Amino acid sequence: MANSYLKSESKKLATWYFTVAAILFGAQLLFGLVAAAQYVIPGFLFELLDFSVSRMLHINALVVWMVFAMFGSVYWLLPDETGIETVGIGMGKLLFWIFTAAVTVVVLVYLFIQVGPADETTIWFINEGREYIEAPRWADLGITVVALGFVANLFMTGMKGNRSGIVTVLMADMIAFAGLYLTGMFYTDNISIDQFWWWWVIHLWVEATWEVFVGSIAAYGLITMIGAHRKVVEMWLWIEVTMLFGSGILGLGHHYFWIGTPEYWWEIGALFSALEPLPLVAMFIHVLYDWGKMQGEEDAKGQAISVITNKPAFTWFVLNAFGNFLGAGIWGFFHTLPQVNLYTHGTQFTSAHGHLAFFGAYATILVGMMYMAVQGKNGIKILNNTRSTIFATSMIVGGVVGMTVALTIAGYSDVIISRAQMGATWAGYFDAQATTWLTQGMIWRLLMGVITFVGFLFLAKDLLTTGKSANHVR
Amino acid sequence: MAKRSVWSDNRFWQRTAAWITGFASVLLIWLTFDTSAQISMGTDADIQNGVTKRVPAPTVINYKVTYEFNKKRQHEIPVIGGMNAEGTSAFQEKEKFFGRDDWSEAEAAELLRLGKLGSQAKNCMNCHTLLGNGAYYAPDLTKAWLDPAWGPNGSMQAMTGKSTKEEAMAEFLQHPSQYPTHARMMPNLGITAEEAKGLVAFLKHMASIDSNGFPRNFGKMQGAVNGK
Repeated sequence: MANSYLKSESKKLATWYFTVAAILFGAQLLFGLVAAAQYVIPGFLFELLDFSVSRMLHINALVVWMVFAMFGSVYWLLPDETGIETVGIGMGKLLFWIFTAAVTVVVLVYLFIQVGPADETTIWFINEGREYIEAPRWADLGITVVALGFVANLFMTGMKGNRSGIVTVLMADMIAFAGLYLTGMFYTDNISIDQFWWWWVIHLWVEATWEVFVGSIAAYGLITMIGAHRKVVEMWLWIEVTMLFGSGILGLGHHYFWIGTPEYWWEIGALFSALEPLPLVAMFIHVLYDWGKMQGEEDAKGQAISVITNKPAFTWFVLNAFGNFLGAGIWGFFHTLPQVNLYTHGTQFTSAHGHLAFFGAYATILVGMMYMAVQGKNGIKILNNTRSTIFATSMIVGGVVGMTVALTIAGYSDVIISRAQMGATWAGYFDAQATTWLTQGMIWRLLMGVITFVGFLFLAKDLLTTGKSANHVR
Repeated sequence: MAKRSVWSDNRFWQRTAAWITGFASVLLIWLTFDTSAQISMGTDADIQNGVTKRVPAPTVINYKVTYEFNKKRQHEIPVIGGMNAEGTSAFQEKEKFFGRDDWSEAEAAELLRLGKLGSQAKNCMNCHTLLGNGAYYAPDLTKAWLDPAWGPNGSMQAMTGKSTKEEAMAEFLQHPSQYPTHARMMPNLGITAEEAKGLVAFLKHMASIDSNGFPRNFGKMQGAVNGK
């Protein structure tokens, strides 16, 4: 972290968060490759690092790197938005180390202890066995403390400095984000109640509070990278919040079709989740419209120069606008209606949606924020693409889209053979797994995963070295 | 000076966002109260009194459980202890579970607790799906208890050499890699005999939860080969 142009402690802390996020992103892809290989070569690491473990590490690293990068993004933009240094930055730095240490311990326990006896000690110290939020109870409490500290910093800074629209939205959003985590922290013998509250965390994070977070970050990016007008951007942001929460909160119902909950969730879940893609269309239009508008103003001055001050970051922001709509919106809508979901629920189709949605909606914009930090840290006026930027971006995007297509094709035979024809039994499941579409789909998914990982290596190299490149305007 | 339109006023959209979010949240909380009451676990008294709960009492393990098409609801529902005239649970026909059909409420609850904790401690959900949620590397377990493969003439029961469904499932869970059905195998997770019993109770209980007809046509395709 030498040669830093950063004066703000908040921005320095942001770069720490981004660094750990990037490392965990790499870990996510690595364990994803192991899990993908296990579909193709069933004996791969059998009873050493089984699919249950590699897949748990794959999705946990995903969630945690995104949370790290989200915290980093907020610490990055706070001084710009509020005009002051973040309040309580000392505590923020301490919490960063606690968070990083806790994550390291959790990962080591996942890797080397893996499972425990069927009692509360496992839930407290090894894993909770609940997809996405497997972290043991002690870590849950730790994460809560860290999240509350982060929210406290955000609130204290927002109340002391200039509270812009973006900061106001983030304050409301991040307190909900932290609070919702609490609903996933108790044990019950009743699996229906268990999954009911589990979805409060998962859905109300990724289909509500995280999406609003993305809206805020996109707003910040448009102002800083292309000089979009704050008044316009913030009005869009409030409209997006209206649409995202208006559809996303009750859209939760689409997870309540089959877990023992009453039938009225069919209608509520179908209606509101069908509305969920709308704000994503709005965000897409908004980003492209503002870009065209600002570039048009520049062109009208007779100057043929780009308005974009950070090419790689803006590329990732545009990819976010498109990927969010396609991955979360279209791939989500594919199977959100109960009459379709009866057959697609819990198949490779879900997996296809999961990959493109997490990538399109979140990974993209967070990688964009990492490039913003690289620009700021190296005191660069205009950050241009390097050869590595191009390789990284095209290989990662191509790889993830390729995986999604492969999984979607695999999903069709999973849905039709296993669910529609064979009625979801053990034998029916394996009948579907043996189909050509599924077996070949899994091979393609693995190949595309490798491409994604190579793209990640280019990304890591680019983030570490582009600051020194002579390509940029300083 | 012409008045500015409210549609381009940030304060208007800020208030709209607050009201819409507040309204959706209040509605969700209200529905949560209703749903929580409907999915609370039943008691043995409910079963004795013929009261159908969406999530029945743990003592459901003392009864025969099937999955039958219901004309009124137009999908399959779990039927506990045989079917009555309305096509729903009669709570009459018992079925031995590990040699007993008189598990007390406390014993059954303890067994279910062991099984539910086991399902989390062994990380079932990162290969299988439970109620359709989890990973897609292994079969869905929602109605696994009703899978014909574990039944009297089923291949899985025959493979383990046991004479009842529950014993066959428990045997498999303790030594999964001894009974490979496909190249993709379940690993040994150190499941003890007692934990296996609990897990089977958990699976039988889960099969008796009213999941609104998911999965459809479960186990109805007996004899079909490759979907033909």
